[in-house]
Amino acid sequence: MAQAVRRVTIIGASLAGLRAAETLRSRGYDGALTLVGDERHRPYDRPPLSKQVLDGTWTPEQTFFRQKDGYDPLALDLRLGVRATSLDLRAKRVTLADGGWTDYDRLIIATGARVRTLPGIVGRPGLLVLRTLDDAVVLRGELERARRVAIVGMGFIGLEVASACRSRSVDVVAVELLPVPLAPIVGPAVGEMLVAMHADHGVDVRTGVTVTDIYGESRVAGIVLSDGSRVDADVVVVGIGVVPNTDWLEGSGLTLDNGIVCDGAGEAAPDVYAAGDVARMANAWHGDFPRIEHWTNAVEQGVHVAEQLLGAPDRGTGFSSVPYFWSDQYDRKIQFIGRARPHDEMLVVDGSVAERRLTALYRRGDRLVACLTVNQPRALIKYRKLLASNPSWDTAVADVTRSGH
Amino acid sequence: MKVVVDLSSCDLHGLCVEAAPEVFEIGDDGALRVLNETPSDDLRAKVDKAVRECPTGAISVTE
Repeated sequence: MAQAVRRVTIIGASLAGLRAAETLRSRGYDGALTLVGDERHRPYDRPPLSKQVLDGTWTPEQTFFRQKDGYDPLALDLRLGVRATSLDLRAKRVTLADGGWTDYDRLIIATGARVRTLPGIVGRPGLLVLRTLDDAVVLRGELERARRVAIVGMGFIGLEVASACRSRSVDVVAVELLPVPLAPIVGPAVGEMLVAMHADHGVDVRTGVTVTDIYGESRVAGIVLSDGSRVDADVVVVGIGVVPNTDWLEGSGLTLDNGIVCDGAGEAAPDVYAAGDVARMANAWHGDFPRIEHWTNAVEQGVHVAEQLLGAPDRGTGFSSVPYFWSDQYDRKIQFIGRARPHDEMLVVDGSVAERRLTALYRRGDRLVACLTVNQPRALIKYRKLLASNPSWDTAVADVTRSGH
Repeated sequence: MKVVVDLSSCDLHGLCVEAAPEVFEIGDDGALRVLNETPSDDLRAKVDKAVRECPTGAISVTE
């Protein structure tokens, strides 16, 4: 280590924060290590919340990354159920909601994101979101009794909730503002395929409409749509995206712009790093400062900032990563690597939309920028490797021809 | 080290294949295969990366 680092504080006890802590210890850091999380639970894994926890195949405890005694080797000062309220860069101190504080030599901020809520709608029983383990437990309990669920927002969370509802034979009405769900991310053809897949599983899909009101006084009874129709529902699940948890950093001096802006080392200010959903870290592969809400990004950035703050041999080597996410719906696994934008051209190179089993490549200019697969995991591995080299479109397509697709 | 994969948890994300292609492969049958169950220590960093990046926690290493 360049200078003796003796006190590291990590704010945020989810995936990025935990992986940062693990990396610090595995790289030999033996000083004080404080991990602060605002939820009362030990760090847990989020992807199963909308999958195994909702459909009832996992208990909530199965989402914990480590059991209680699994924290002993990390020698953490683990403070759970405590929110950070402010950061003083000059004093190198984070103030906590329980009246305490933590001083640091190096700070990692991994406070993640929270769900966006419907503007102007008052909360009430049966009006739910899905982000935390507590959210998942409440929703699972509701699904055991529900007859009809309205899902607002057909993003990946909304679609996975729809899938879990249908596996329990609960009726679903799914509502989406866009004419084609997820079209800006996966393109219209795949978006339409997802709609058809859910319709085939009995989901009543309503696109191109917004929710104007929610009715039911003591608990939700349904939603009113912008086309004037009313949809009765026992439960309403809102999945319309997330916002980064940076409120507590207002006025701290950090650059906040839809997340914490940081360089390729993950450094947002001297000795202050950010990682995971809350961070907008310079990403050499992207060529800009994306804020990425994916599982693997949280792992990679948590590890990266831990290595950087300890003065890794490759100190200053910028972060470079091809984003990856996946979604499980019914018997389909959708995997996406890279970054597509609206209007990128898409070419199906194997399988077909009709079969709902395919490999699709996305083109911007003369480059391959992304790959999506449905139930074709081997193809994804191949294109993950190829995408990392920022290949030309011609190279990618020639490769398809060669391998005889 | 000895590498163990819980195939019942493996979800074929393939991140291990990218992290440590000397150790992991997805075979023609579409299942994950451990090519080398006792890789040499110079592959330690790659195997560690595979372990921590596995979304289902299916990979473990014993000494």
